Amino acid sequence: MPKPRGPLSEWVSARLATPVDGGHAPSADEWDDECIALWTLHEMSYRGFEDAADDAEWQPAMLGVRRELEVALEQRLRRRWPGASADVTDVPAALEALVTADDGPSLADHVRRRATTDEVLELFRQRSVYQLKEADPMTWVIPHLPTRAKAALVEVQYDEYGGGNPNRMHSHLFARGMVAVGLRAEYGAYVDDALPETLELNNALSMLGMHRRLRGAAVGHLAAFEMTSTLPSRKMVQGLDRLGLDGPMAAYFDEHVEADAIHELLAARDICGALAEDEPDQAAEILFGAFTCLDLEARLATALLTSWDAA
Amino acid sequence: MTARPEVEEFDHPDVVVVPHGPMLLRGATSVQGVDGTVHDVRRPVVALCRCDKSSRLPFCDGTHKVIPRR
Repeated sequence: MPKPRGPLSEWVSARLATPVDGGHAPSADEWDDECIALWTLHEMSYRGFEDAADDAEWQPAMLGVRRELEVALEQRLRRRWPGASADVTDVPAALEALVTADDGPSLADHVRRRATTDEVLELFRQRSVYQLKEADPMTWVIPHLPTRAKAALVEVQYDEYGGGNPNRMHSHLFARGMVAVGLRAEYGAYVDDALPETLELNNALSMLGMHRRLRGAAVGHLAAFEMTSTLPSRKMVQGLDRLGLDGPMAAYFDEHVEADAIHELLAARDICGALAEDEPDQAAEILFGAFTCLDLEARLATALLTSWDAA
Repeated sequence: MTARPEVEEFDHPDVVVVPHGPMLLRGATSVQGVDGTVHDVRRPVVALCRCDKSSRLPFCDGTHKVIPRR
């Protein structure tokens, strides 16, 4: 399990290692503590940990802590959202407008023009927390959707998972890229290095994926993610070439230029558009999810660029 | 005869021309570009460039998003 970062994550790790009924979790002393505690709890629903008891995933005390942390996280995310205009009729157009208006800082621009090799490797360590399980949080959403949106999401996920070929699975392409640039590729290898911004981004995605209530926000997040991937992925390829890091990691981003040019259209039109037509009350939620994706990415970018004196 | 309730038949075209965007093509196994080169297709859906500005023709690379719309 990851190294605890405060009293709450310490309590969570101890209870996951040796499940005990009852007892009260201490409060987190910092945001960082809260982030790693929720990340660890969520991870029990993905691959788990060698040093955690598998049945602790559904242990009531653990679910109680997960719930409290998720409520706080969702409140944080909703407070930042300015809201959608009252009547969103064309969801794909509203998504495009949101993404076009986004002026968050760009890590890809920095990588393309100026980043040092150390900075790029730091970025990959941060990204690896998600990229080594790329697409997994969105798989939770499939059974939450009506027929058309479900079929479209499966079409995207099938491609994310390499069309059934493990060698072409995106998370596996990233793992190969990590090794090629001299980093570790085991699942969760760099969680202890993850900034709270990285963990929060991952926690939000897991929460949106797992909660049926948040299905609209989940697919909105997917759309914004895919819609802001193609051009930045090209810049990443250019930056990696500049640094002589061409090879499997550049190939990973190169694959995303082509794949995400397709996925962004399927996500905006066939997943989000169809969901909003079938369940009109989800339209605003889709935009909330899209905003959240852009907002959390911008916060991570700001944190990294600031630490590199490049903000 | 009493009519049975209908379960909807959805549109699911193999070719979709996206406004201000590429052409989505489902189920293709190979695509020939303007230079005659035949490209293998290994994904369920591909996006073919319609703006002619892609750096990886015949496939879309998103470039249409940064050129002014006609």
